[in-house]
Amino acid sequence: MREFDYRRAHDVQHALTLLAADPDARFLGGGTNLVDLMKTGVERPTRLVDVRELPLDGIEPTAEGGLRIGATVTNSDLAAHPDVRRHHPALAQAVLAGASGQLRNMATVGGNLLQRTRCGYFTDVSGPCNKRVPGSGCPAVTGEHHQHAVLGASDHCVAVHPSDMGVALTALDAVVGYETGEGPEEKPITDFYLPVGDTPHRETALPPGALITHLILPPPPAGARSRYRKVRERASYAFAIGSVAARLTVEDGRVAEARLALGAVASRPWRAHAAEAVLTGAPAGGATFAEAADAELAAARPLPRNGYKVPLMRNLVVSVLTELAEEATR
Amino acid sequence: MAPEPSPTSSAITLHINGEKHHLSVDHRTTLLDALRERLDLTGTKKGCDQGQCGACTVLVDRRRVVSCLTLAVTAQDREVTTVEGLADGDDLHPVQQAFLDLDGYQCGYCTPGQICSAIALIEEHAAGWPSAVTPDVDPDATPAPLTPDEIRERLSGNLCRCGAYVSIVQAVAHAATTHGRRPAPTTEEGAA
Repeated sequence: MREFDYRRAHDVQHALTLLAADPDARFLGGGTNLVDLMKTGVERPTRLVDVRELPLDGIEPTAEGGLRIGATVTNSDLAAHPDVRRHHPALAQAVLAGASGQLRNMATVGGNLLQRTRCGYFTDVSGPCNKRVPGSGCPAVTGEHHQHAVLGASDHCVAVHPSDMGVALTALDAVVGYETGEGPEEKPITDFYLPVGDTPHRETALPPGALITHLILPPPPAGARSRYRKVRERASYAFAIGSVAARLTVEDGRVAEARLALGAVASRPWRAHAAEAVLTGAPAGGATFAEAADAELAAARPLPRNGYKVPLMRNLVVSVLTELAEEATR
Repeated sequence: MAPEPSPTSSAITLHINGEKHHLSVDHRTTLLDALRERLDLTGTKKGCDQGQCGACTVLVDRRRVVSCLTLAVTAQDREVTTVEGLADGDDLHPVQQAFLDLDGYQCGYCTPGQICSAIALIEEHAAGWPSAVTPDVDPDATPAPLTPDEIRERLSGNLCRCGAYVSIVQAVAHAATTHGRRPAPTTEEGAA
């Protein structure tokens, strides 16, 4: 590991100043991803700016009836918070489905948004990877890719985003707040993550040197139900091979509002707009849900060894929506 | 004029098991390596060194973390409890005693991490934190009992290569129903 300077930031402005003073500086939250990547040499910062002491660890109601979640709130505190569990169960479930008790105690909301893919080629500095070394190539396209992307990928990169939390946030219309030297800004999470295209090394729209300060969760509609379900290769403590976050509002047997996001299928949490268009206003039943899943997955382009993800996701979407619809009419 | 090189080490104070330790650390030093290599607290074990096995689990401010991904410099001013700090003299912590009584280990290498993790999970459950297998995360729902399924899920960050899981789950369940909770020690001025 490269030697580095370590500083603790006391307020947001201090953090921005400390980061700006070194072009190879990184913010340090829980360190569960960054420290690991520093050990393998993927990340080689010369300064760490520790942001865990910043006064950004609160979860508060907003005037609109939503929640404002500070960037240094730990995954554990987020998942345990009564308002998150009561009004946004899909988010609590997503966070609890990720990592282990130890890692959830360390990891922060801001860091979770910025965590890197677990693609084995990305973390192996001895070989090429377009995300790590732009232009060096993507061995996953013809190599080990059974866990890789089926939606929105390109020949340049087929890695998937590893976050569970991000999938729920994407379904729940979360907004990411951040500070730059110029002041505070906010961006919907669906615009926060960039399409992979031919620039897989550019993952988010966060300006250089900016610090994520908070998330905003808008209030759910009355009567809405939400859920997160994750499929993985063992029962616990593994990254998803497919996941679904959904929120459904049913009125008079029809879908009044649907929010759907898919995980572990793309370079970013995948908002299923095509499926939502089919769902909205349609009868809340199995035929609609299957049609919605098919509409979204029509764009799937599986690789030779990850074709299983398409029927997996179809079944997952139908199953989760069916459960939510049954609960809504119970 | 060339700028001053930035410091790559710091003099820090670590509060461990009720004692203060003053030491200078290279910033690259993990809490795990500081405990084992600098402070001779070798009860905490190094398994994978990449946050996947849980052998290095310790409590920081009473919450379980993996010490292999915790930089020692970030533990400054926090209360660290390792397996060495759990017993009161010869009087074992109830979770330690349960592991002993119910054979919650085979080779013993993962045991310090399992025990630290188990102590924290019992507290987390008692505080009403749900898990991924809790049927309903609604805070107004009836609290889920600490079933074997709950223990397995909550302890999934601690691997046991010997496969002593059956006895580990029994030991945790026993400790939780009897007297699993005891406050961690607080810091007093001690040896450096």
